[in-house]
Amino acid sequence: MNETDISKIDSMIDRYNADKELLVSLFKEIQAKFGYLPQDALSRVSERLGISMGQVYGVATFYKAFDLRPRGRHRIGVCLGTACHVRRAEEVLQRVERELGIRDGESTKDMQYSLRTVNCLGACALGPIVMIDGEYHGRMTSKKVAELLKKHRSGKVGT
Amino acid sequence: MRALRSVGELDAARAALRDQRRLDRPCITICSGTGCHALEGGKVYEAFEEELRKRRLGDRIGLKPTGCRGFCERGPIVVVRPQGILYQRVEAGHVPDIISRTVLKGEIIEDLLYVDPTTGEKAVAMGDMAFYRGQERVIMGDNDELNPGDIWDYIAIGGYGALGKVLTKMTPSQVIEEIKLSGLRGRGGGGFPTGRKWESCRLAKGEPKYVICNADEGDPGAYSNRSLLEGNPHKVLEGMAIGAYAVGSSRGYVYVRTEYPLATKNVQIAIKQAGELGLLGRNILGFGFDFSVKVVSGGGAFVCGESTALMASIEGRRGEPRPKYVHSVTRGLWDKPTSLNNVETWANVPLIIERGAEWYSQIGTIGSKGTKVFSLVGKINNTGLVEVPMGTTFQQMIYNIGGGIRDGKKLKAVQIGGPSGGCIPSHLMGMPIDYDALTQVGSMMGSGGMVVMDEDTCMVDIARYFVNFLKDESCGKCTPCREGLYQMAEILEDISAGRGTGPQLELLQQLADVMRDASLCALGQTAANPVLTTVRHFKDEYESHIHDRKCPARVCRGLIKYSVDPGKCTGCGRCLKVCPEDAIKGEKKKPHEIDPARCIKCGACRDECKFDAVLKV
Repeated sequence: MNETDISKIDSMIDRYNADKELLVSLFKEIQAKFGYLPQDALSRVSERLGISMGQVYGVATFYKAFDLRPRGRHRIGVCLGTACHVRRAEEVLQRVERELGIRDGESTKDMQYSLRTVNCLGACALGPIVMIDGEYHGRMTSKKVAELLKKHRSGKVGT
Repeated sequence: MRALRSVGELDAARAALRDQRRLDRPCITICSGTGCHALEGGKVYEAFEEELRKRRLGDRIGLKPTGCRGFCERGPIVVVRPQGILYQRVEAGHVPDIISRTVLKGEIIEDLLYVDPTTGEKAVAMGDMAFYRGQERVIMGDNDELNPGDIWDYIAIGGYGALGKVLTKMTPSQVIEEIKLSGLRGRGGGGFPTGRKWESCRLAKGEPKYVICNADEGDPGAYSNRSLLEGNPHKVLEGMAIGAYAVGSSRGYVYVRTEYPLATKNVQIAIKQAGELGLLGRNILGFGFDFSVKVVSGGGAFVCGESTALMASIEGRRGEPRPKYVHSVTRGLWDKPTSLNNVETWANVPLIIERGAEWYSQIGTIGSKGTKVFSLVGKINNTGLVEVPMGTTFQQMIYNIGGGIRDGKKLKAVQIGGPSGGCIPSHLMGMPIDYDALTQVGSMMGSGGMVVMDEDTCMVDIARYFVNFLKDESCGKCTPCREGLYQMAEILEDISAGRGTGPQLELLQQLADVMRDASLCALGQTAANPVLTTVRHFKDEYESHIHDRKCPARVCRGLIKYSVDPGKCTGCGRCLKVCPEDAIKGEKKKPHEIDPARCIKCGACRDECKFDAVLKV
């Protein structure tokens, strides 16, 4: 991390007034800025807030919203909530894994896509649901998701 | 906006609005909940905006985004007022026609009406539909009238009137008494009496006191809290303000799960608007009562729905629960007295104050008062959010409101209460849905997810699903939950892969007992419910998996095989192209064959086949 990045982190910490209560919110902001939580950023937080690295990592690894590694440009979420599960979401997930050649939690080599399963997106009436960059695509099947990915790759949806 | 300094000013503002926002004026309302939005409701809204502008009808005909109407299955939903004509599955292309024919001429467009799947009859208005007729939408009903981003809409229908009543006419103890009399119990799942919780918090020593709204709706298959918070955030905030007044708190938190960005946004807008009008913040309505609310967004951890874990998360720590011998009403957030309630519980409060405990307690059963919002999902015709009086039977829910099982299949079970709940078999569908009846059959109310399962659902697979879910979400602090779930998952994995043995069923039972008795929080204590209820009610399915090595519902991959029906296969070659493992062989126009050694049972061929020639056995 260079000095400009460190100063960006510093200004975020300042904005949160070094308030430990808002550690989760601070991490969210760092992640929004860098796409993940860089190690240097975590060290800086630990130093400035006066909390141990153990505690910092404890929080960073506890919540699913945080990544300790960079993620792909487009984020694909496959909902595995109960309503999606009974409508065969697992087949949808496996198709996505096959099409992208990655497993849940991984990113493609070209860093275009990362894949993550979600335990429930809360749009259960439309299950199975696949989310690409925050946009919901409902009533998926193994076949429809393959078409969706194809369209996305060629820039026809949501890029 | 100028702040309202008294209840008189609030009433005057409301009276002025009533005329302005009369429901008999022509207005097009579009559901803007997450469900309709995902079905491109946003595009429909834009199309209406554009069309009204183009035809210069903007000042004559209103256009309003509303909260979720609950009928997510048929979204995007558009209602044309004043007639109240409901159109379903509306697309942007339908917009010019809706304006020309329905809005301007009052004609009904038959093709956009809802057709009842059982009777085949078309419904024009909400009241004509069995889906709505069977409901009592005292909480969700307001969603239909409100633009969630406009506080004046809420004020126009009486909003913040209950807060005004409390401040002018009631002492905090009277408020608590009223809530106790109403019989309101926690809607987050546990069903603890709300009035008693508030009373303990009021009596607890320590300052400041906090109130928290738990909007960490993590139960998979439940999304009613989301729709309430997205569609009617002020009702929740008003409830919290009343609760804060009752327990003696001036600070509140709304903890929203990170997966709900729209709910977070809408509640933030609502807080800002209420603050500007003097309905939140300092010296509310001139009574010297202060109450401010902060929104905290979660980090994606299911366990944070547990009250003490949620508080730890607000404090910026790992969301780990703590033992319950210290109650959070005496030592909760920052070790101060805290009253934490679910979104729906808070939303019930203004209603009880407004209409009185006596009115409220007439709805429901002896032990469970009021209504409950369920998300009716899974293999059901009318999926969506349904609000019914407590005590409604599963039968009514599924067949009257839900329109029966999809594709004419047979009902097998209903899963209620999320991962802490259980599966209720079809022969018990006559039972009333209330806190106590559900506990008796080994399930619980939970936050209101109701997942309908048909004959194609494997109950061993469902048990495996929930155990895996909880295994991932267990915080790992206490051993019984962390290790118990791990062992259970291994056993269920064995059974569903055809490696199960008889004694493993016994072992599941033993593990369940230990977890129930020794886990730290409700996540672990109730984690075995999905396993126990499926073993209890569907033992024959477990036995088929173990003894016959068969999955009767043909779900468990280790126990099924795909093959081609040579009588139906036309040799078109589509399956051959989609097979990821090149497991299908065959010449063009001749029946194909699947090589079982290469087949990974992904089902791609079955999805692709146009002739139903791929069999699952």
